[in-house]
Order: sequence, then structure tokens, then C-alpha cells
Amino acid sequence: MPRYSTLLAGERHVFEDLRALMAAASPRRSGDELAGIAADSDLRRVAARLALADLPLATFLNEALIPYEDDEVTRLILDGHDARAHLPVASFTVGDLRDWLLSYDADEAALAALAPGLTPEMAAAVSKIMRNQDLITVAAKCRVVSRFRTTMGLAGRLGSRLQPNHPTDDPTGIAGSILDGLLHGVGDAVIGINPASDNLASYITLVELIDDLRRKLDLPTQSCVLAHVTTALAAMEKNAPVDLVFQSIAGTEAANAGFGISLALLEEAHQAALALKRGTLGDNVMYFETGQGSALSAEAHHGVDQQTVEARAYAVARRFRPLLVNTVVGFIGPEYLYDSKQIIRAGLEDHFCAKLLGLPMGVDVCYTNHAEADQDDMDSLMTLLAAAGVNFIMGLPAGDDIMLNYQSTSFHDVVTLRHLFNRPPAPEFEAWLRRMGMIDAKGRLAPQPGDGRAARALLAQGEAA
Amino acid sequence: MSERPPALRPGLRLENGADPWSRFAAATPARINLGRSGDALPTRALLEFQADHARARDAVHGAVDYQRLAAQLAPWSSLEVNSRAAGRAVYLRRPDLGRRLAAADAEALAAQADPAWDLALVVADGLSAQAVMHQAVPTLQAIRAALPGWRLAPVVLARQARVALGDEVGQILKAPLVAVLVGERPGLSVADSLGIYLTYAPAVGCRDSARNCISNIHGAGLSPQDAAAKLAWLATHARRLRLTGVALKEDAAPAALSVTPSIPASHDSKEGAGR
Repeated sequence: MPRYSTLLAGERHVFEDLRALMAAASPRRSGDELAGIAADSDLRRVAARLALADLPLATFLNEALIPYEDDEVTRLILDGHDARAHLPVASFTVGDLRDWLLSYDADEAALAALAPGLTPEMAAAVSKIMRNQDLITVAAKCRVVSRFRTTMGLAGRLGSRLQPNHPTDDPTGIAGSILDGLLHGVGDAVIGINPASDNLASYITLVELIDDLRRKLDLPTQSCVLAHVTTALAAMEKNAPVDLVFQSIAGTEAANAGFGISLALLEEAHQAALALKRGTLGDNVMYFETGQGSALSAEAHHGVDQQTVEARAYAVARRFRPLLVNTVVGFIGPEYLYDSKQIIRAGLEDHFCAKLLGLPMGVDVCYTNHAEADQDDMDSLMTLLAAAGVNFIMGLPAGDDIMLNYQSTSFHDVVTLRHLFNRPPAPEFEAWLRRMGMIDAKGRLAPQPGDGRAARALLAQGEAA
Repeated sequence: MSERPPALRPGLRLENGADPWSRFAAATPARINLGRSGDALPTRALLEFQADHARARDAVHGAVDYQRLAAQLAPWSSLEVNSRAAGRAVYLRRPDLGRRLAAADAEALAAQADPAWDLALVVADGLSAQAVMHQAVPTLQAIRAALPGWRLAPVVLARQARVALGDEVGQILKAPLVAVLVGERPGLSVADSLGIYLTYAPAVGCRDSARNCISNIHGAGLSPQDAAAKLAWLATHARRLRLTGVALKEDAAPAALSVTPSIPASHDSKEGAGR
């Protein structure tokens, strides 16, 4: 393996190989320190960035961070690389790419055309020499639209996943959270339940619950139960009303094996979901979740820094044309992302890299109780992501996930961002809110009295339908 | 109101005239129907959330008073050990250090080794000091009562400790089984939940899939007695089958003793207490 080096402040910094260079160039985070691959000083970190900025982009086509022979994700990335789309940046260094991405030449059309010509490693590399501001500015120029029963990712829109989890999957409890979410205008991306138990009977009960409600209310959205892909396959075999197939994915073959999946299994599930033809506006039928640190947690990171491994997961997602992808950025805990500074940076990196690679990216803006973060920090990250044009965020009752025991964004947060940034939900869902009388004369989501009047009215309309 | 029979099932049935929220609120601890101050949470709901988060953080960052626990356990003997993580900040960043004994404590522990032990018991502060302070002693006493005739090693009280620290403890004590009682990661609703992880043939490097887990031991959850009954069932079968983990199946347990194999930490699984 070649060595990389740079001279900074009279000292020569040498990096053993491309993986070491990428890891050292990463902004400081606990997961890379835990893996023993982080830069051991701030100066060395900048030295790595200087070396990385001068690196020809083509290096990533000739030198795989994880060997081609050992890893099907590497094979997917290199075999699927679109050399024609890559042509405009073929002579660039990583530093040139940053300058171009920020330039006025890189508009929505140019960025969309470039996406298939970029590998995850190129996206990760350029993100490492970009400030948060750069990550926001460039992501905001990217537009990735996907469709099922709603149109996600249109300019000037903010989507939301309604996440009505319950510790025992109680249908009435879940229904209560769904109703509250709908009354806050949440749920245009998906009504998506993390089941407490991953078994077929419970999966079918929950997809039927949402499907029933959706038809009764004539609600333009899609459902998803976030169980393992094999559970979804079994449910489809039993003719359950499966809209979106979910799976957690990672950026290495070994980490995916830890999730009990392979590209072949995802392909099987993708084909099964496509065959149901349940989407009315489009056939984006997959929903993926990712998150920095999952490969290290599974001891399957191959010495690659956690942000680069995360970007490689986007190659897996891209293969299956998903409706929705989101990083669960603060869920994994402080041993991977220690505090709000690290969580905020990672959230912006993940969103930027995914958008640059052409994914309909959302973010679960979240934290656990053992991380150095709180709701104020989530306010910051969700506001930055709204500015960056994030496709969707989560909506939970008060942001408190009573099943997974972590905190995400709330129904109220979705309302706040929509009004603050003037970003209504997907047009089909917005039209439904108008039909249901939930939009006031000024175009805002009308506040609901707490006496149950609004809930009763919504339920009555559902029954009358 | 329509006179037609309720059409929505099963959760969204509308009862004539009733406030639907009372029904839903009875079925979920979720913070629903809070109302809005403009776009935002009303003041009371905002501050209640902050109080719950503060309780959870205090549980994570608090310290266990092990001297008090040892006194409560007496005459059952116990000894204190430290992991290799020096302090909470290191513990939270470096799970690897929380899984190993400090070198001096490993040496001291060797004096207690005895191949005649049936079960080693470890109390680990994990991610909730409060869980250990509230639940550890009654749970340990219930375990002793549930396993008559078992030779139990002195209770090891471990600071800055994760579940896997029990592997090294069990190995040093030469115990065939180790049960680690650990403070679980606090949620907003419960900050003092204790978990128990049982591992057969403990040795440094055991995989999480080779453990069985009993979770949610707290005031509103599993009682110490029920937890001890589950552990006794698991330990008895683990000893007979010479294994723990996924092969010691939940299906084999009586329904009342439902237990789960420990699952590897990942971003889509609830991460237990500081595995």
C-alpha cells in the first residue's frame, strides 16, 4: 500500500495507507478513538486534510479501502461506478471537488448528473475537508425526489415520519399516537412503527392497523413496520398489506451479515415489494436506516473510519431506489458519538454524503440519556438540517420514544420547522390536511383544542368515509 | 355523531360522545394530547420532560454507595472491584475498559477462586447507579432464596463496569456460571431499571449472543422475586445443558418465565445496559 505524507509546521506527517489518511482527516469522534484510528493531535488531523485535499479523486477507483475480493459492498461500489457521469470531475483532486461543489456551476441539475459518478469514499473524503456550513450549502442544492403514495423531497417541502412506538405493541396505544401525530400534520413520509417484538403475527397486526386507518381516512401516506426484512418477506407471502419494506443496513459485507442480510436478500425483498404494486404515484418501495458506528459495533469495520463506512452504506441503499433513508444519528451512544458537537457534525455529514450520492435522505435527530446532549442540541441540528433541505425528520409524541428509550424530534418540532421555514408536507398530504380542515386561514397547521373535539372530528370523518 | 356502528378497528374505535383521548391515554405511556403553545410544547409539558431527562442523567452520572450495599448484604460476604475505566467520562467513551478488571483487583480476586462455586454474582453500576441502589440488594437476596443448596461466591461489587466484566470475574473465581446485575440505560419514564445477564463458562471474550438477559427489574416492572425465579430457571437449565444464549430458548421456559437471549448491540436494537 502506498504511503501518504504532508509537511506542516516543519513536521512531516506520514499516513500508512488510504484508510489511515481518511481516518486521520475525520473530525474528532469517540468511535474512531475507540477503534484506535483517530488522529492523535489536532495538527495531525489538519495535516491529513491537507494531504487528502491534494489526493486525486481517481485514487478511490484504484485503491479499495476494503478489498474487492473480500467485500460485496466494495464490489457493488466499483462495479456500479458510472464512468461517464464521473467525467466532469475525473481530473479533480478532493480539494478541487470541494471548490466545485460550492461553485455556482454546481447547480441542482449538475449535482444530480454527477451523483452516479461519485463513490461513497469520494463523498466521505470531500466531506472531511468541508465545514458544517459547506455541508449545509451543498446539500441544500441537491434535490432527490421519491414517490409511493406521496411525493417526497420536492423543493420547499419538509416530510415527517410518524413514529408511534409502544413498549408492548398495543394497537390502541399505537393508534392514539398515530391520531395525535396526524392532528399535528405529521406522517407524510411514512407511518413507521418499530415493533417491540420481531414476529410475523405482530407485524401483520400492525401493518393491518395502519392500512385500515389509511383507507378509512383516505390518507395519502404509506405504512412500514420496521422489522427484519425476512419478517416482511414472510408477511408478503401471507398477502399482508405491506407498503414499504424496511431494513437496517451498514457499509461492509460483514456488518450486513451481522444484521442478517446480504445484497441478494435485499434484492429478493425489493422484488417482492415491487410485485405488490401498491404505490399509486411511484414504485420506491424500500426504507433503510443507517448510522455511524454500527460496523465498529459489529467488529466489521476493517479499520475504516466510521463516517466512511457509513457513506458506503449509501451505496447499498442506492442500489434499491428507496423511498426513504435516514441515519439514526445519535442513537448508538457516546462511545461512537460522544456529545452534541459530534452528533451534530455526523448528522450533517450523513445528510450531505447521502444527498450527494443521490439518496432521498432524512435524519433521525436523536440522542440517548448517556450522551452529552439534550433537546437544545436537537433543536440546533434539526434547524441546520431544515436549512440543508433534509427530506424528512421523525415525529414522536413529545420526542420521547417509550419503546426504544431514546429521544428524537417531536410532533411539535415538525410543526415548528414547517412554520419557521415555510416548508409544508408533501403536496398530497398537504391537500389532505386542507380537506380535513386542519389548515388555518394563514396556511398554518391550526392548533387543536385539548378537549378531544379535533380527534373526534377526525375519527368521525373516517367513519363517514 | 354518526349512529352507524364503529367502523375503525381495532385501536381506533370511536365510542359515542366519549373523549377518545381518555381511552388512548389509558393504553399508552406516550406523551399524547399535550396541546400547543403556538407551535411548541406548553410550559408544563416542557418542564416535565426536562425533569425526566434530568433524572435519567443523574442516574447515569451518579455513583453507587457500595459500602452501604455491602452492609445491607452482610453476613453474605462481598468485595469491591474497579474496572480499567478511571471515571465516568472514560467509562462512557471506552466500553472496552469497562469490560476488564483493574489489574490489582484481578489479583485480589484470585484469592477467592474455588472450583466448588456453582454461581458467581457480580453487581455492575452500568448506566444507572440508582438501579443498583434501589434493586440490587433485594434482587440478590431473592436469588439466594431461589437457589437453595447452590454454592454462591462472594458478591463482587464493580465500579465503572459493563456486563462483560463478569466474564473475567467468573473466569478468575473458577465459577461455571456468572450472573451480572447491571444498571440499565435509563429512559425518560424509568431511570432505575436493573437487568441480569447470565453467562455459562465465563471467560474473557465471551460473545453477547452467548448470554441470556432478564430486563426491566424496577418498581413498575419485574419484581426482584419474579426476576430471581427466572434466573433460577435459567441457571438450572444452563447448568444441565452446559450453555447459555440463543440455544437456551425462551420457548422452553414456562410462559410465566419468559426470558430473552441477549442480542448484539446495533442501531436498530435497544442497547442494553452497557454491554
